[in-house]
Amino acid sequence: MSETTSVSVPDEVGQRLADKSGRTYWRSLDELSRDAGFTERLTEHARREFPSQVELLADPVQRRSFLQLMGASLALAGISSCTRQPDEFILPYAKTPEALVPGTPLYFATAMPWSSGAIGLLVESHMGRPTKCEGNPEHSASGGGTDCYAQASVLDLYDPDRSTAVIRNGRLASYDDFVSVLGPDLEAQKQKRGAGLRILTGTINSPTLAAQLGALLTDFPKARWIQCEPVSRDNQRLGALLAFAEDVTPRHMLERAEVIVALEDDLLAGGPSAVRQARAWAGRRRDASAMSRLYVVESTPTGTGSMADHRLALAPSGIDRVARAIAQAVGVDVGSAGGAELGGEDAAFVAAVVKDLKAQKGKSLVVAGEALSGQVHALVNAINVKLENVGKTVEYGEPAAPASVEEQAGLADLAREMSRGEVEILCVIGANPVYDAPVDLEFVAAMQKVPLRVHYGLREDETGVLCHWHVPATHFLETWSDARAFDGTLSIVQPLIAPLYGSKSVHEFVALLAGKPGIAGYETVRAFWKAKLGDPADFEAIWRRALHDGVLANSALAARAVSLKRFDAGAAPSAPAGELELAFRADPSIYDGRFANNGWLQEVPKPISKLTWDNALYLSPETAAQYQVQSGAVVEIAHAGRKLKAAVWIQPGQARGAATLHLGFGRTRGGKLGTGPGFNAYALRTSTALWGGAATIAKSGETYMLACAQEHHNMSEFGYERDLIRETTPAEFARGNFGAPRTAVPHKVADTGTGHGEKPGHAEGALVTQYAGYKYEGYAWGMVIDLSTCVGCNACVIACQAENNIPIVGKEQVAIGRELHWIRIDRYFAGAANSPRVLFQPIVCMQCENAPCEVVCPVGATSHGADGLNEMVYNRCVGTKYCSNNCPYKVRRFNFLLYSDWTSAALKLQRNPDVTVRSRGVMEKCTYCVQRISMARIEAKREDRRVQDGEVVTACQQVCPAQAITFGDLNDKSSAVHAKRALGHNYGLLTELNTAPRTTYLSRVSNPNPELAGA
Amino acid sequence: MSANIPPSVIRRDPVIGPGHTAGSVIDKISSIVLSRDIQRGWFLLLALSGMGVMLLGVSVGWLLTRGVGVWGINEPVAWGFDIINFVWWIGIGHAGTLISAILLLLHQEWRTSINRFSEAMTLFAVMCAGMFPLLHLGRPWLAFWLFPLPNTMSMWPQFRSPLMWDVFAVSTYGTVSALFWYVGLIPDFATLRDKAQNKIGRVIFGMAAMGWRGATQHWARYEVAYLLLAGLATPLVVSVHTVVSFDFAVSVIPGWHTTVMPPYFVAGAVYSGFAMVLTLMLPVRAAYRLQDLITMRHIDNMGKIMLVTGMIVVYGYAMELFFGWYAGSTAEGFMVHNRLFGSAAGAYKGLLFCNLLTPQLLWFKKVRRSLWLLFVISIIVNIGMWLERYVIVVTCLERDYLPSSWGDFHPTIWDWSLFIGTISFFLFMMLLFIRFIPMIPIFEMRSLLPKSQAGAKAAAADQSTDASKH
Repeated sequence: MSETTSVSVPDEVGQRLADKSGRTYWRSLDELSRDAGFTERLTEHARREFPSQVELLADPVQRRSFLQLMGASLALAGISSCTRQPDEFILPYAKTPEALVPGTPLYFATAMPWSSGAIGLLVESHMGRPTKCEGNPEHSASGGGTDCYAQASVLDLYDPDRSTAVIRNGRLASYDDFVSVLGPDLEAQKQKRGAGLRILTGTINSPTLAAQLGALLTDFPKARWIQCEPVSRDNQRLGALLAFAEDVTPRHMLERAEVIVALEDDLLAGGPSAVRQARAWAGRRRDASAMSRLYVVESTPTGTGSMADHRLALAPSGIDRVARAIAQAVGVDVGSAGGAELGGEDAAFVAAVVKDLKAQKGKSLVVAGEALSGQVHALVNAINVKLENVGKTVEYGEPAAPASVEEQAGLADLAREMSRGEVEILCVIGANPVYDAPVDLEFVAAMQKVPLRVHYGLREDETGVLCHWHVPATHFLETWSDARAFDGTLSIVQPLIAPLYGSKSVHEFVALLAGKPGIAGYETVRAFWKAKLGDPADFEAIWRRALHDGVLANSALAARAVSLKRFDAGAAPSAPAGELELAFRADPSIYDGRFANNGWLQEVPKPISKLTWDNALYLSPETAAQYQVQSGAVVEIAHAGRKLKAAVWIQPGQARGAATLHLGFGRTRGGKLGTGPGFNAYALRTSTALWGGAATIAKSGETYMLACAQEHHNMSEFGYERDLIRETTPAEFARGNFGAPRTAVPHKVADTGTGHGEKPGHAEGALVTQYAGYKYEGYAWGMVIDLSTCVGCNACVIACQAENNIPIVGKEQVAIGRELHWIRIDRYFAGAANSPRVLFQPIVCMQCENAPCEVVCPVGATSHGADGLNEMVYNRCVGTKYCSNNCPYKVRRFNFLLYSDWTSAALKLQRNPDVTVRSRGVMEKCTYCVQRISMARIEAKREDRRVQDGEVVTACQQVCPAQAITFGDLNDKSSAVHAKRALGHNYGLLTELNTAPRTTYLSRVSNPNPELAGA
Repeated sequence: MSANIPPSVIRRDPVIGPGHTAGSVIDKISSIVLSRDIQRGWFLLLALSGMGVMLLGVSVGWLLTRGVGVWGINEPVAWGFDIINFVWWIGIGHAGTLISAILLLLHQEWRTSINRFSEAMTLFAVMCAGMFPLLHLGRPWLAFWLFPLPNTMSMWPQFRSPLMWDVFAVSTYGTVSALFWYVGLIPDFATLRDKAQNKIGRVIFGMAAMGWRGATQHWARYEVAYLLLAGLATPLVVSVHTVVSFDFAVSVIPGWHTTVMPPYFVAGAVYSGFAMVLTLMLPVRAAYRLQDLITMRHIDNMGKIMLVTGMIVVYGYAMELFFGWYAGSTAEGFMVHNRLFGSAAGAYKGLLFCNLLTPQLLWFKKVRRSLWLLFVISIIVNIGMWLERYVIVVTCLERDYLPSSWGDFHPTIWDWSLFIGTISFFLFMMLLFIRFIPMIPIFEMRSLLPKSQAGAKAAAADQSTDASKH
């Protein structure tokens, strides 16, 4: 190397050498570059190349050692150039921590904070790495199940796009810089009693954080703390204030309700509160002789609507009128404007609903979704009071957020203050208003008038990039905190891992604002509870108990007695004439956009549309025909004076005249995966019409590719014709009609023997054969899935993905049919295209007794195990794909390309060490979580006993909020799965092919109202 | 009976043109090989197909670099052009074995002038076909696991899998075809050695001739060996495509799971094989003026075989439709519906045009004797047989049992490039063969000369069969 410039230091060094005449010798880069400008440039250069070392560099004392390190790295780079050596640090346990056995995971209780209330989790940790979240059975919001968000949260922790360092005006800085710069500014604010300080957060459910912020406001009396989420409970709050003059939140008890009416509320499948609600509801749907009944009125098809016994699709204004009509019919004083007129069919529907509700006084429940107005929420509260449901099927309690406010109003105030130049410091904590604030607030323009803007968040997002400072946040799995559930139950959020990038937790950040930097989050949370609990002598024991259980005992907030006040519900909005009603709704996959960079959630097919990686403007088939648009056609939506181009998706079940656009897409700085896909609904969303309003659409002539995982082939009656879905009613059930097709060929059952002279599920066993079957002496694993309770929420799909190291493949690959999900939820439509019934059928590997895949594999890479599992040997697979072709259920998935990410270091930490990470060219499929089976079997063997029923829980089964999946040993006559297979409505898929599937289904039993039977 | 027929009644063409002597036959055939000229047309075609071979290399390289995902295959259509092309090429190979083995055993002397050519075609087609099972693997570098190689893990292939049977069937077929072709070539290599003008030719042809001196003992052994190989090859004509059809027939997929598959596949193979022989031979015959050696008799006969096998294939189509109804299964019935009206309906209609309607022209003698028409028909039949495999592979997979899993298949540029690459490779090899190896067996042609014993017999046989018809 004759030229010094060939070393990767900036050109300036070379320039300096060139400028000198004659021979020059220099001893170090240090000597050569002894001027401040160069040091700064070197820092900048290092920032780009070695961000992890910049803290050292920014500290002048350590600069020399940094250069030494860099020099050594350069020298060593030559040595290691033959093979790329991974960075590996050996961490010997001189003293092994107690309870840590390599290879055996540990579980820690924590909670995932969420605006409507936290959900308690047990997180699996392998050698200090959290790999999978499970629901905490002790926690009131979970009961052991979780939603897809909690499942996917672990991927957010390891998101390679998380910000790793403090950024100042786009340049790397250190946390100490931030502290030193912010100090004087805060001091100046203190002089003004905080008049120019504003703190914007999402809804805060942490009592400790709320107390910290409250204390901050006493230091800065004129400062303001604004909480705002794009999907808030403003309308619910308003409804409670109108009806009861109190800010209370309803807690539904679906297990006690005989009749449930859901108005635009995805109460079974949308958001964390759906977990406990689905569980409670499903408990009343298993016994065909004592089923509750569910009516749903909604504009956009949801999982809840799919489970409805009667569903009415209406545009939002129509739902408002239905609420008023029900209120009037049950005797609620609806105020000056009176009730609402309904058309013929709607009126008949409402009449039947009201009759049913009145017949079940005290055992009925009406619920309303957030998108309905505060007046409707008030009416629904009044209806429940009139029906004597309060205290029986619904109770009211304090909201989970310790400082509940009207959120959108606060945000609007903030925008006004900022535009008037009254705000001097804006601290945005965990929120992203630049992306999701209502567009009419012109938040960006207003915010740019603030002289000092600070953003604290997981990623340098739309807001972060427009702030002077961006401070990386910790993920909740890295944080000491606390969080209240919907009913106030408190969980201590305990970290599963030290912050991956040395980030400061939100408690530490707020402590810094309060002028107390350096207080650890742990100390803050602990001190808060010590004080809150009155410093009891046994605090240590209580604390440890709370950490262990995941909940603080007896911390739930008691229900409040409420009394109905007179209120005026105003007039029902009229449907816009000749226009569409645009509706904004939280996305079933990425919610309000916060999960936009989560590949698992982006790729999971949405429950009804089965779209992936995009949102789209949902139109009903009728409306689409009226506007002459096809799915994928790009239209220009005009709403409230603004325009947005979006692709159309024709969605059977969508209300006529309603156009739904889900929130959260079209992000500009959402990360590698989150940036780009879909259409930004926030660009149309105004503070006066948060949930939509009148809109027109015009064809643009362009088209857009939408990746749908299941086409509309399922529209026809194939599900029935092919005997894939069986459906029955309690009345038919009692008569022994379980929904089998009348034309079905009666199958003769032969004893091919899975053990004791009996096939599992004998009604659906193998066809007659002359061969004696294999006797399963040990275990015979089997699964039963109850179609009556599966709400299609996708939690199982993500749980499987997290458990089994299933990679994402991307939109283009999904579009050509190469997604890798081991469990998929088949969705069938039945009935008319405009108001179809939707039936879900989760499909896992059937683990066929006579598996068609096994005989065709030329290398024997898939074979039958001793427990009857159809086993997949990745190492042996050469990739002929014949097994997939010959699988009548098409449950096999092929790695057509290298889909697993073998390079991103952060993602490696998430992987389950018990499951192989598959490479290109290998077939894979559901294994019934064989790693969990093996774990239980080893444990049982060690204790010299059989595996007990319930000891092996598959990932999909464990997470299911509705407990629709049962798994166990069919040879164990006392097992739950054995009992379910003996039920009359147990059936297998495609048994006429003599596959003898191990996975079977229970017919879907729905409970229609005889009065609406024709509808 | 034959004695009474006056020669004027014999309207059939001879198997060899009039006026040929042993010397003229040798000169005519060997001159193509021994000539030092490079014909411009040949060279242009060689360059063109050579470019295609490079395309093949690029396609294979990219495939191995990225994985089979560069193709359009997906779930549920996990087999696409790979298996379509495999079956198509294997089918094309069938004509060679049929002509050389079965027609030899049946004493159809007219086969003589076309057998070498079609055997070479078989060999190259099997080479093309053999590439696909290898390349279609997700991990092709582990392809040797399909062979029953003893190993320390005692892992054997799965002998119940039709793909395993394919491995044996195709490799046996390839080996026997190569042997048969080579053994038949030995006397001709000796002739070329003796006639070669230069040392290089003498050395190369001499080595290839393996010391053949034309001794009686050589001839005796040759006859035995050739007959034995013909006997070995005969069952292969039936077995190879039967086994290939098992890939489909043994499965549970609607439309694949039918017993008609084996005979239907074998007939289809012979059908496409003869079509390919005609496609290649008609231009070669014109270019090298071989009208005397490949006479209208050959061409007419090949047309007839195409007609017969084509009708068997059509019977197969009819049976597929029939079983779709007769099975009484929703999935089978829908498969037929989808075939007729689904996404591949165009391909199905094209196949009916190519394989059902077009061959009907062969009923007419005028058509069978019109070289241009026959050439066009042979190309249409080749396209039709490719479409048939496309329809079988794609339509059955894309719409099977669970409607939730249905999907469509769209080939990518790499699907096409690999296909075009193998066609180019095939033509490239054929061009080399035509130039460097006698494409018509010299010694066998000599035996057909009227003066020879065999020739006289052949002439008599011609007369008798012809006469018995009248």
